Amino acid sequence: MFRTRRSGRTGAVTTPGKPAGSAARRPLLFVGAVAVLGFLGVFFAWPVLAILHRGLRPETALVLVDHGTWRIVAFTLGQAAASTALALAAGMPLAYLLARVRIPGKVLLRAVITVPFVLPTLVVGMAFRALLGTAEPSVSAIVLANAFFNVAVVARTVGGLWAQLDRRAEDAARSLGAGPLRTFGTVTLPALRPALWSATAVVFLFCSTSFGVVLVLGAGRYRTLETEIYLRTVRMLDLSGAAALSLLQLAAVLAALAVAALARRRRESAGGVRAAERPARNPRGAEWLVVAAGGAVLAALLVPIGALLVRSVSSRSGWSLAGYRALSGTGDGALGVSGWQAALNSLRTATDATWMALSLGVLACLVLISLRKRWTAELMDTALMLPLGVSAVTVGFGYLITLQLLPGDLRTSPLLVPFAQALVVTPLVVRTVLPVLRSVDERLREAAATLGAGPWRVRREVDLPLAGRAICTAAGFGFVVALGEFGATGFLARPEAPTLPVAISELISRPGELNTQMAYASCALLMLVTAGAVLVIESLRTDSVGEF
Amino acid sequence: MKRHTARRMRAAVATAAVLLVAGCSLIGTDGGSEGETVTLVTHDSFAISDEARRHFERESGYELRVNKMGDAGALTNELVLTKDAPVGDVAFGVDSTFYSRALDFDVFEPYRPQGSGSIPVKYAVVDPRLTPVDAGDVCVNIDKSWFAQHDVPEPENLADLTEPRYRGLFAVPSPATSSPGMAFLLNTIDGFGRQEGWKNYWRQLMSNDVRISSGWQEAYNQDFSGSAGNGQRPIVLSYASSPAAEVGEDGESRTRALLDTCYRQVEYAGVLTGAEHPKRARELMDFLLSWKFQSQVSEQMYVYPTVLGVDLPENWQDVAPLPPEPAEMNPEVVEQNREQWVSQWRELTRS
Repeated sequence: MFRTRRSGRTGAVTTPGKPAGSAARRPLLFVGAVAVLGFLGVFFAWPVLAILHRGLRPETALVLVDHGTWRIVAFTLGQAAASTALALAAGMPLAYLLARVRIPGKVLLRAVITVPFVLPTLVVGMAFRALLGTAEPSVSAIVLANAFFNVAVVARTVGGLWAQLDRRAEDAARSLGAGPLRTFGTVTLPALRPALWSATAVVFLFCSTSFGVVLVLGAGRYRTLETEIYLRTVRMLDLSGAAALSLLQLAAVLAALAVAALARRRRESAGGVRAAERPARNPRGAEWLVVAAGGAVLAALLVPIGALLVRSVSSRSGWSLAGYRALSGTGDGALGVSGWQAALNSLRTATDATWMALSLGVLACLVLISLRKRWTAELMDTALMLPLGVSAVTVGFGYLITLQLLPGDLRTSPLLVPFAQALVVTPLVVRTVLPVLRSVDERLREAAATLGAGPWRVRREVDLPLAGRAICTAAGFGFVVALGEFGATGFLARPEAPTLPVAISELISRPGELNTQMAYASCALLMLVTAGAVLVIESLRTDSVGEF
Repeated sequence: MKRHTARRMRAAVATAAVLLVAGCSLIGTDGGSEGETVTLVTHDSFAISDEARRHFERESGYELRVNKMGDAGALTNELVLTKDAPVGDVAFGVDSTFYSRALDFDVFEPYRPQGSGSIPVKYAVVDPRLTPVDAGDVCVNIDKSWFAQHDVPEPENLADLTEPRYRGLFAVPSPATSSPGMAFLLNTIDGFGRQEGWKNYWRQLMSNDVRISSGWQEAYNQDFSGSAGNGQRPIVLSYASSPAAEVGEDGESRTRALLDTCYRQVEYAGVLTGAEHPKRARELMDFLLSWKFQSQVSEQMYVYPTVLGVDLPENWQDVAPLPPEPAEMNPEVVEQNREQWVSQWRELTRS
């Protein structure tokens, strides 16, 4: 019954009935598309193609016939799939907690589950190594750590949509005699699918390009495309081999995105999104099991976080706050700036990256929903996702050989870091906002147009307010991603302006107890900054209807 | 409701605008510097004291900019890639392992800085394009108290590490993913023979339960019992200078570098081909060999100065002396065989 209703709605959206003011919209659409694709072209496509071009030689093909290469491909995809599955399984109960259960201080819960996402992979890798007692290379440790980082993506993406689902559909199913499982399977899950696909795609890309975790917990023995591209580019200067592997990575990512796009077809319109909602309530009966599962996941997330905090106050001679006190200094000159200054740099860089990514992402979404041709939209959507699946070192080395051709040699500009981060954040904005915009009832837009609103007025008065909540979510999450970004940042950050993750990596690379303590204290500071940022941004989006 | 959301959107936009204006942005922070600058491209471990930096800037009149580019290997490769449009004037930090590659690709221009006459023969290089600035020897380190407590004699050389009594005690970073790990591999190849000798040695290490990690950080800061990590293993691969970082309140170091297990890593600097400011670059090169810079490299970067007559910090003579006779390998041989050796090592240690 629900299916019929949904497909009816979908039909209404895709019916090529004249969209509001389509003639006037074309040039604007064009300008928006040019802006988005232009940024992507300059800061992604051009550098990547340039570095590939440098490497491609006839013997590049030899890498492809080496069966060792295919082992690496298989391991990359296998560990990414396993990690994604685990992150989904662990993230769902948390999403449920966030969306459907009335808990005091839920904002705090949101902040806590976001923290793992920003932690430096090297440090978390070392924490897992200590906690699991596996100094030997271990695949399960890699999968666990990858999932640890990405649970937040699932919980937030799925939880965000779940909170907006009309609960009455489920209640109706229940009162018609469906059990809780059946209701979940036939009503809730189908409605969550857009968010689930979004989360799956993003987490899969993150896991397949995971670098630090694979190195540390694989003890350099397990190799993925990402680690191999890094080693070939950075250590061996084997650009030819690196190009071959980069092409494989690109192909794998495209294949994954194509699968996601096919699965997403006609589904990214979330059924029944309502602006006003009041879905949180006390759990009943079997729902307590899910709550318990969520609690268990939360506890599991807190263990490594706790271990890092304990480490930050430990010394050879017992408890000590020396690491925290050292934050006001530069760690014996290890850093170009003090720990506090690094925190400030992190905030400033992330702020820039966030507003850039929000502008681009929202613009991209508006273009995407305006495109009438399904395949044009899919292509552009895929292009926007690609930066998540391409090795940071490929992009970084690409910058080195291309950006000097632009005026004002951006290679040494402080803005290069936020640009690179925006590249990673934009796809997340798109994945968060697009499903909501797609689900806006076309009739609302038509009504606004009938009442005399121009195309941009329709966007402003109909789409943006309805997507406002998703945009705020995207801003918060994007900010957090930028805070924790290390792949490109570590490569591009200037020594006089290190971000916290860069500072932590430099501190932990030096001998001496104080440096180690300061590294862990910086981790704690990063967690605090993250939690603070999430709290501030969440408070912006709490609206009058509120779920608390 | 719609109105309300729109208002909040405006509030959010306004907040963002305020944040940007209030300086939570990097825009406008570019030191689009008024004065004359000279740019040093270097690796992540580079550090300089404020005093030395100020001294250089005062004496030369240039502002010193530092551009860090990853570890020594990454640095070298980035220099090669940006040869036609270098990202700075001087590069510092190309090490013995990557020396040949930098020269093969003509990354540097010949320049013999003032003071290069005071570099002793053991560091001197024939090629005028690269100047040795410091040495950071890679040595096996031990946790002295562990050996005292367990009443086990301390090992002295590489061969000792394969003895049964040191079983399960040694932690080493992988040569495939770590710079000191690579130096250690070269050391074993140099010491036990380029053919089967080094492979046999590694087989013995493996059967003696050596622990291989991906980076120095895990080996030293986590697995080693002598560092702050309080790990399980009292023998680790690190640097000759590491004991200087583990000095307790009594002035003694908890650890010791085994001076018969060292491999020499020299770090070089040179003027980049096509540098924007060649004259300033040469002045910066002179500074790198000056007493002012050389006398602070030990404390800043845990390395040894190359210029004669520059003293080590006070207690280094006792806790972290310069290894007298470290192993070394011809850079060209390293360049030619590096990849092959690493892949052979991978095969060897896979089981």
